Amino acid sequence: MTLVHRIIPCLDTDGARVVKGVNFVGLRDAGDPVVLAARYNAEGADELVVLDIAASRDRRPTFLETIRRVAAELAIPLTAGGGIRTLDDARAVVRAGADKITVNTAAVVRPALIAELSGEFGAQAVVLAIDAKRTSDHWEVMVRGGRDDTGIDAQAWAEQGVSLGAGEILLTSVDRDGTQKGFDIQLTSAIACAVSVPVIASGGAKLPEHFAEVFHDGGADAALAASIFHDSVQPIRGLKEFLAARSIEVRLPC
Amino acid sequence: MKVTLIDYGAGNVASVERALQRLGAESQRAATAESLGSAEALILPGVGHFAALIRALDERGLRAPLLNALRRGVSFLGICLGLQALYDSSEEAPELHGLRIFPGRIGALPASVKLPHMGWNQLRLVGKSRLLQGIAPEAHFYFAHSYAVRADGTAHSVATCTHGSEFLAVLEQDNINAVQFHPEKSGAPGAQLLSNFLRLAA
Repeated sequence: MTLVHRIIPCLDTDGARVVKGVNFVGLRDAGDPVVLAARYNAEGADELVVLDIAASRDRRPTFLETIRRVAAELAIPLTAGGGIRTLDDARAVVRAGADKITVNTAAVVRPALIAELSGEFGAQAVVLAIDAKRTSDHWEVMVRGGRDDTGIDAQAWAEQGVSLGAGEILLTSVDRDGTQKGFDIQLTSAIACAVSVPVIASGGAKLPEHFAEVFHDGGADAALAASIFHDSVQPIRGLKEFLAARSIEVRLPC
Repeated sequence: MKVTLIDYGAGNVASVERALQRLGAESQRAATAESLGSAEALILPGVGHFAALIRALDERGLRAPLLNALRRGVSFLGICLGLQALYDSSEEAPELHGLRIFPGRIGALPASVKLPHMGWNQLRLVGKSRLLQGIAPEAHFYFAHSYAVRADGTAHSVATCTHGSEFLAVLEQDNINAVQFHPEKSGAPGAQLLSNFLRLAA
């Protein structure tokens, strides 16, 4: 009896439709979030993340409606984010049906946001998303969808985020995102060792071996991917059976 | 029968509502003392900070009507914080009094493991359970918490879970039921548990 490693599909949306791109650019349509959510719920995904990567103010009501429709399909936890800058933004997302909120750029701009969210919803509901890019011997925090380098050390930021009340770190390797070359094991391991909260590894997954590696060698508690699940390149059930056969604890729903 | 969900302004009321809908059960939200007075079955969902739940219950004047309903024998299901609220107090907010149905203080899980205890874990059955009927013993349930009731072998404890240390996961005593995990987020086994509760309450 032990806490299992989680497999988390991620829906990057423009508010209404799922989109995908490589290294955060060149987006194209990848389907209806509600249809995909229902499929992942049935296939044994452990959680679902829905992001509004456009995060424009005028599209917000559309995104909230998307969260509502997605949440209605799920009997698993839902994390939502993208463009959450204030406690009120987060309240709207939670009211629409999200169990957890993820923040990224807005938390870098104003770290106190993490404490505010944690105070209201509890640490277990606050996921600090960090987009990290390798710079010589360390990783730096990128913001605005991986476009701008802040010069902030990713490990120090993860530690600060946890001390402010983040209950989980969603760690994306900007270098690996969209490349399908596998997760950044060194990055994941460095952050997982540095913080006391669960770490979700993201960016670069394609093969089942990539997942085995990030759980076994990277110390990740969960692993997130998008397009390989959307395109059925990697069915979730098959992935979990692969991991279970390698003695990695997963949940195999009957 | 209609299930009354205690809506204290925070937490996961909507998720529980949706889970009940999927089971075809009728539910209503209650945020006032009057609405608790006529409840046939009660669910106290909870997520977040112990203080937020206890303060909200007191500010809305829900403590006394809730205790009255429990004494009257109304079927009750506490979820996550809704389980913790049944105890004397919690280390998370030592200055506040819980509902004091059960003795003892909620404690933090050991810092030797990653906290919050977040994700899917299995149970160890330690007694005969009504809520877990028809659910495979190896089923996983979704947890999201950092505090818990230490497993102490009391009679009302029917299942435990371990994360750093062993803690109470399911309690059942007379009309009172409570779980530390989130059945509304626990896939098919969670739905079965909620359906078992509905049958008990009917």
